[in-house]
Amino acid sequence: MEQVVVVDYGMGNLHSVHSALVTVAAGKVDVMVSQDIEAINNADKIVFPGQGAAADCMQAINSLKLRDTIINAAKEKPFLGICMGLQVLLDHSDENDGTSCLGMYPGTVKNFSASFSPQQRTQLKVPHMGWNTIRHSADHPLWAGIASDSYFYFVHSYYVAMDSPEIVSGITDYGFEFASVIAGDKVFAMQCHPEKSADNGLKLLENFINWREC
Amino acid sequence: MSLAKRIIPCLDVDAGRVVKGVQFVDIRDAGDPVEIAKRYNDEGADEITFLDITASSDQRDTIAHVVEQVAAKVFIPLTVGGGIRTVDDIRRLLNAGADKVGINTAAVKKPEFVQEAAARVGSQCIVVSIDAKRVSTNNHEDRWEIFTHGGRNATGIDAIEWAVKMAEFGAGELLLTSMDRDGTKRGFDLDLTRTISEAVSIPIIASGGVGNLQHLSDGIKLGKADAVLAASIFHFGEFSIQEAKDHMREQGITIRQ
Repeated sequence: MEQVVVVDYGMGNLHSVHSALVTVAAGKVDVMVSQDIEAINNADKIVFPGQGAAADCMQAINSLKLRDTIINAAKEKPFLGICMGLQVLLDHSDENDGTSCLGMYPGTVKNFSASFSPQQRTQLKVPHMGWNTIRHSADHPLWAGIASDSYFYFVHSYYVAMDSPEIVSGITDYGFEFASVIAGDKVFAMQCHPEKSADNGLKLLENFINWREC
Repeated sequence: MSLAKRIIPCLDVDAGRVVKGVQFVDIRDAGDPVEIAKRYNDEGADEITFLDITASSDQRDTIAHVVEQVAAKVFIPLTVGGGIRTVDDIRRLLNAGADKVGINTAAVKKPEFVQEAAARVGSQCIVVSIDAKRVSTNNHEDRWEIFTHGGRNATGIDAIEWAVKMAEFGAGELLLTSMDRDGTKRGFDLDLTRTISEAVSIPIIASGGVGNLQHLSDGIKLGKADAVLAASIFHFGEFSIQEAKDHMREQGITIRQ
């Protein structure tokens, strides 16, 4: 049976991600949560979630010696990044006075408040918390059955500013347009939480489970 | 398109069953939390909040069990408040499937608890619940003061200053309940809601007093709330979440379809 591994590096609660994946896998795919390098290497697909501060996430990844394992997995097999699991794929985050990240994609993780105009700062709350739309900026198998401008659940204070706009797959507006989804060769990574995004989120996770690379 | 305003039904849970207190005294039974949460999810609720009002300490783990059952079936954000005193309490609920926890009395007793909790589990998981009541003084204008224990215990703390402090201490969101309005069906205290929403940069959930759909849209448009929370109008079938959303949309408010 095909195996999906949800990478557990101690950052955030994986209960919901696991439970949503088990629901859509419907017994056809094995879903396990693990921080074991061998399990990640042997998995058919990887889900890479994450919550919390960038420095804590990077420290956890490095102290578990998962850095190369994660980077290799993202190059070799279908890989779904969620929330911090998107942000740490970039070069650098401004969070925690600057944090060096995994460097898979050129770009910087920036703070909303720092990017807002003085007027926006009085009107737009941070964190960006709640349901917002994602406009598809590129076709992707994971968008199957999900309309462009569908709502997903977000909660974050930092956003990714990509230096390579060609890999942006979804765009969300909060004061300005930012890349809420990126799609590399085998990587699909999103700022929102599909496991908390009701039917649209479950559909996306189901598409990931069924994703066959060409 | 932009960030949608949220509609949040709140379930009061006592020993695993959903109840709703009117002014925290008269309590009626409205059923099974899993079934109700599923129904609200199907109707389009944007989140669900559970308030644990279980008094007896030997039944404290029932709320974690409720959350676990709901989280296995309902894939929208779940918040749990009531009786949270330690980081271990928070972890237990997050591990059971809660996304956020509401902290009230423990924050009033020791504000640094909010800092500690935010540092350990992240601000995005920490909702500080503020129960505020309007107080009149002889020499000054009306002000709002923080109360604990369901509105019985005055603390002397100014509600606006408290909200600002809690945001600085790492709260990710504030759940603001007017104790003057809770259970009255007269609508939110809009002055209180707007004053606090404008004083802090984190999202505000307005609560306490919803009796009709206009109250919900007033909370957003006049109270400047980011989300509105209500209980009894949804529980007893007066209005569905969908009707509330239709009303909000007619009022020009951005709502998740």
